[in-house]
Amino acid sequence: MTMIEAIRDAHDVAMAADDRVVVFGEDVGFFGGVFRCTAGLQEKYGKSRCFDAPINESGIVGTAIGMAAYGLKPVIEIQFADYVYPAYDQIASEAARLRHRSNGDFTCPLVIRMPTGGGIFGGQTHSQSPEALFTHVSGLKVVLPSNPIDAKGLLLSAVADPDPVIFLEPKRLYNGPFDGHHDKPLTSWKNHPLGDVPDGDNAIPLGKATITRDGADVTVLAYGTMVYVAEAAAEETGVDAEIIDLRSLLPLDLDAISASVRKTGRCVIVHEATRTSGFGAELMSLVQETCFYHLEAPVIRVTGWDTPYPHAQEWEYFPGPARVGEALKKVMED
Amino acid sequence: MTSAYEPLSLNVPEPGCRPGDTPDFSDFEIPRAGDVKRPPVDVDPDAIRDMAFSIVRVLNKEGEAVGDWAGDMSAAELREGLRHMMVLRTFDARMLTAQRQGKTSFYMQHLGEEAVSCAFARALQPGDMNFPTYRQAGLLVASGYPMLTMMNQIYSNAEDPLHGRQLPILYSSKEHGFFSVSGNLGTQFVQSVGWAMASAISGDTKIATGWIGDGSTAENDFHAAMVFASTYKAPVVLNIVNNQWAISTFQGIARGGVGTFAARGHGFGIASLRVDGNDYLAVHAVAKWAAERARRGCGPTLIEHVTYRAGGHSTSDDPSVYRSRREAAAWPLGDPLERLKTHLITIGEWSEERHAQAEAEILAEVTAVQKQAEAVGTLGDGKAPSPRDMFEGVYETMPPHLVRQRQEAGY
Ligand SMILES: Cc1ncc(C[n+]2csc(CCOP(=O)(O)OP(=O)(O)O)c2C)c(N)n1
Ligand SMILES: [Mg+2]
Repeated sequence: MTMIEAIRDAHDVAMAADDRVVVFGEDVGFFGGVFRCTAGLQEKYGKSRCFDAPINESGIVGTAIGMAAYGLKPVIEIQFADYVYPAYDQIASEAARLRHRSNGDFTCPLVIRMPTGGGIFGGQTHSQSPEALFTHVSGLKVVLPSNPIDAKGLLLSAVADPDPVIFLEPKRLYNGPFDGHHDKPLTSWKNHPLGDVPDGDNAIPLGKATITRDGADVTVLAYGTMVYVAEAAAEETGVDAEIIDLRSLLPLDLDAISASVRKTGRCVIVHEATRTSGFGAELMSLVQETCFYHLEAPVIRVTGWDTPYPHAQEWEYFPGPARVGEALKKVMED
Repeated sequence: MTSAYEPLSLNVPEPGCRPGDTPDFSDFEIPRAGDVKRPPVDVDPDAIRDMAFSIVRVLNKEGEAVGDWAGDMSAAELREGLRHMMVLRTFDARMLTAQRQGKTSFYMQHLGEEAVSCAFARALQPGDMNFPTYRQAGLLVASGYPMLTMMNQIYSNAEDPLHGRQLPILYSSKEHGFFSVSGNLGTQFVQSVGWAMASAISGDTKIATGWIGDGSTAENDFHAAMVFASTYKAPVVLNIVNNQWAISTFQGIARGGVGTFAARGHGFGIASLRVDGNDYLAVHAVAKWAAERARRGCGPTLIEHVTYRAGGHSTSDDPSVYRSRREAAAWPLGDPLERLKTHLITIGEWSEERHAQAEAEILAEVTAVQKQAEAVGTLGDGKAPSPRDMFEGVYETMPPHLVRQRQEAGY
């Protein structure tokens, strides 16, 4: 199963189990979404449970908040993470704070899905990774799967969650794993063990990281596409890296992070988003706070540059295996 | 090079009257009470486009209720309505003073606009949901929400149902159909549409109401709400309270060159009308009509309540800096309490004596409740909810990072 099919399957399972689950967004209804993540849902569940919305992100999130307050469980799609900004006020000022400010009188169980990240020649308007804009807001949860099994399992948990969840989908991984070697032939999820998505309700709890590669020399903290980039970098440099796929940025599995860094004594943080005030800064602080006396070298960040996401220069922007490999070598030498 | 054109200049609308000027509302067209016909609730929005440029009014100068929109409330209901408005006005006056005395940080009053929320509340049914702004406490007063709880909230004391987390007057009561007030302007207008859509999705018969001020109609979310309400024919009543001012900014800055705020509904095919917001009977009749329309699946209604903010914007505001002190008195639609009182006296259901007696009773009641609330605590007297509480309820279950932060803070 591709990640797209896994996401669609999660919707299907959630909608079949609970008729309070409603799905809408731009092009989401009849057509099934520009990435087809909601294909067939309107036909199966009817137009009042899966429908097209006007092109107004604030309106999509704002109406979903009202629906959640009523007692429904909206799962909505923002067509690209790059277009979430018109809805940012509704997310940060309203969805995130409703439970707290009303002391639980009203709550906002809501999932806001959006494709994120680059690697598809999407330029500045189809490539951004705004996760840190959401982890910075109290009251939100932020989830970012890296494979079909996790995408389905985490989405099911997000739908079941009593609070608003930002669900970021690395679009470069929709159809297959991608390690940053853009000149190599595409690989698909077919025949990949992580594409072997179990049927039914196989929820994966939020807040649990997973180790995708055991290693002794250095801990790599990554999520989304960067998990595969880090794996490639470890193979290519021969550095025995332990790679942690965070999966959920908030809540964050700090125990898994510190256990690994205390073991290896070294840490490299990788993300595609811009560097300054990025989520890597938070990770670095936490590693410093919890593992300082175990560290044998300064922690290194490998990230997108602090520029708008370029079009023609995509691969110079994208933190690929070469840059991650350099960091692995450097952290071993330090 | 000389241009064939005159240099351009920017149009910045100005109110008719600034401090020192003589208020002049002679341009303000006010139809006679009873002039506007009452259409059937399933009317085609197109057939009532003229209603967005007129004003539904019931009470005439003599205090009589006239026309199609009159006659749907009994004398007892009207006396109750008068009482609600009197309670709200007294409550406001007491809380304004309490703020001046340092018992709370902030307050906003309804002076001159009491009829809008008090009358509207009586047109709804249990289970309906209002998405109010900070100036619709009449929805609570007129639906039996305890005044003591309102004061506890204003004082952020130990019995504040919101545990001191929210600014004074940004109440929340699901039970009383009063959605938690955000404080961010306009955001909740579109949420009301979503709530109404949810009712329709669920095959329910409940309706929602959205509330927004004249100034805030300029926000994007006003327009988002209209698009969604129109597209999905949501069972919602969308209310614009045009009290002429948005802090120091007169309504012309948000309205621009358009005739009325209600007319904005036309582009969306939404039934749109204006009502005399200082006429309790008219507000109630229009609210009932629009609520019935929504509940029968005839779609949304946009109501512009034409009223006047007779007081300051909030306790942080001094209106004499930007508008004439005499403007409120010159406002041609009068005072909502006086008008309903006159009507009740005219029809032989009220008297000056009874009114004076009611005033005294209400003052005594509000003062007594205030004493009770102040015995529980006022802002800053050390009896506020524990700081430990601010970490609660950010999420249903506290995530580990918040647990750590709470411990770090010493709670
Ligand atoms: C998004 C946002 N912008 C600005 C403010 C500050 N503010 C609070 S009330 C107000 C004026 C609103 O006027 P109006 O909508 O006419 O409502 P009224 O106060 O007259 O009832 C402003 C600018 C705010 N609370 N939220
Ligand atoms: Mg106003």
